[in-house]
Amino acid sequence: MFFYIIKRILATIPVMVIVALFVFLMLRLSPGDPAAVIAGDYATTEDVERIREQLGLNEPIPVQMYKWIAQLARGDLGTAIFSKLPVTTLIGQRLEPTLLLALCTIIFTVLVAVPLGTIAAYKAGSWIDRFVMLFSVAGFSVPIFVLGYMLIYVLSMQLKILPVQGYKSPFEYGLWEFLRHMILPVITLSVIYIALIARMTRATVQEVLQEDYVRTARAKGQSEFKVLMFHALRNAAVPIVTVIGLGIALMIGGVVVTESVYNIPGLGRLVLDAVLARDYPVIQGLILFFSFIYILINLLIDLSYTLLDPRIRY
Amino acid sequence: MANVDQDDLMADAILSRKENPGVVSLMLNNRAIFWGSSLLFVFVMVAILAPLFTADPVSINPINRLKPPSAATLFGTDFLGRDIFARTLYGARISLVVGIAVAIIAISIGLVLGLVAGYVRVLDAVIMRTMDGLMSIPAILLAIALISLSGATLGTVIVAIVIPEVPRVVRLVRAVVLTVREEPYVEAAIAAGTKLPLILSRHILPNTIAPLIVQATYVCASAMLTESILGFLGAGIPPEIPSWGNIMSEGRTYFQISPWIIFFPGIALALTVLAVNIVGDGLRDTLDPRIARKM
Repeated sequence: MFFYIIKRILATIPVMVIVALFVFLMLRLSPGDPAAVIAGDYATTEDVERIREQLGLNEPIPVQMYKWIAQLARGDLGTAIFSKLPVTTLIGQRLEPTLLLALCTIIFTVLVAVPLGTIAAYKAGSWIDRFVMLFSVAGFSVPIFVLGYMLIYVLSMQLKILPVQGYKSPFEYGLWEFLRHMILPVITLSVIYIALIARMTRATVQEVLQEDYVRTARAKGQSEFKVLMFHALRNAAVPIVTVIGLGIALMIGGVVVTESVYNIPGLGRLVLDAVLARDYPVIQGLILFFSFIYILINLLIDLSYTLLDPRIRY
Repeated sequence: MANVDQDDLMADAILSRKENPGVVSLMLNNRAIFWGSSLLFVFVMVAILAPLFTADPVSINPINRLKPPSAATLFGTDFLGRDIFARTLYGARISLVVGIAVAIIAISIGLVLGLVAGYVRVLDAVIMRTMDGLMSIPAILLAIALISLSGATLGTVIVAIVIPEVPRVVRLVRAVVLTVREEPYVEAAIAAGTKLPLILSRHILPNTIAPLIVQATYVCASAMLTESILGFLGAGIPPEIPSWGNIMSEGRTYFQISPWIIFFPGIALALTVLAVNIVGDGLRDTLDPRIARKM
């Protein structure tokens, strides 16, 4: 068990190295002159030279590589071109809204998607089953920002029951104001995620319900609720939790869009601001940060399998 | 099983082969494929024949700016008085070109890398760890970074969407190769001294076609969505080209007074992606029932 955990943690290192290497090569191997592209159309030669200097592109590649690895090992994600602030500081300033948005979305998604998928599997072929399948196809087809604007249009502008945009920190404005402003972004961000997880839950639970131990449970007179909860869902947990972890990648992309639609000053907005300002080091730092989080979450999920399924012993 | 008459089995096989209706009619019998591809056909025709239906998508008419939908301008006009109906029809061209191009390129690259990973033991670990790394970078961020480094053109946008799509294709192809190479007929072919290129082309490749066609539809759908998101964020195709993402991006500022600028291209995009996804699901059900059961 202990050795498995160590082994699994060590296994994330090559993946992280490859991510870092890829991000490093992206800047060096991109066609044309990245410094000129970042500097923009109206930049002078000095501007381009200054940016090239700042990105460290004047040095030999092995030296750049060495500096890059040393920098990352210190936990330094680089420095913004314009504000001159370390990217880690910028991330720290914008972390709260994104973290809370992501947390609310995951909770909401699991609370909606898992019961929906389970009921769809239990009542296979019924209207609710067909609804779940339809929803999972439609959820993958509607662009997240179109959905966001439609929700704003109906609920905020026509019915006027929810605020249009903005973010209110729960630590400053209290929980109620925070939640009121979170409802639409969470729904927007969770639709594609719910589609993914409901579909997976349905498929897995449907499979598990065919198993002998489910028939045994029923035969000994267990109530249907208990059969679903303790026999079916529990045994379907591993694949469902795996998909929840893989879906985080989907959600990170959605965060950028959702924060932009709802004007939430989080990490997604930071990405967008960096794109508009052509501040490449910030984009690069955020890629490393999000990839790191993604790898970390999936590591934790892998380690949680032992809790979910006692048969898994390492 | 042991005492079943061999002739009966043969007869059954021949009979069922006769009743086997063939791939094309099987596909047309599938409701999902029929409706999905019909819808898609309409969008493709509209995209190709756009000039016949509508005015110039880029002609500016400031007097008629931000006009709501009416008989003259079906979908209304934007802040420069450009016809949203015309822009939406022309936008279909960009979306379809990006979707199809990304699907073809990503599948081709993924097929080659997947075959190599599945067949060349030495390169397997290298390729697969690289794909793991690529997969842990969120696709939209990766595309944004690639575009902001090389400048936004239709070409760079397509390349930037292709790169994050490749790993899933590689994994799929590799999985098929690993399953098929253990099959008795492949072992028999190897034992008979068949050369590697022939094994690949005759035994391995045909088995990858069905899953790859299904995967291609999903890649196409996801590429169209990514393209629109990039355009919407202002990191996509240059703004003077009327892609759906760009139209909606320009509509953001005026959303509260002119929501139609976002709604019509948004609905067009959602319907197109839906059509592609429905065709994909239908193909998955008809071409490969084994995968279908898993989903």
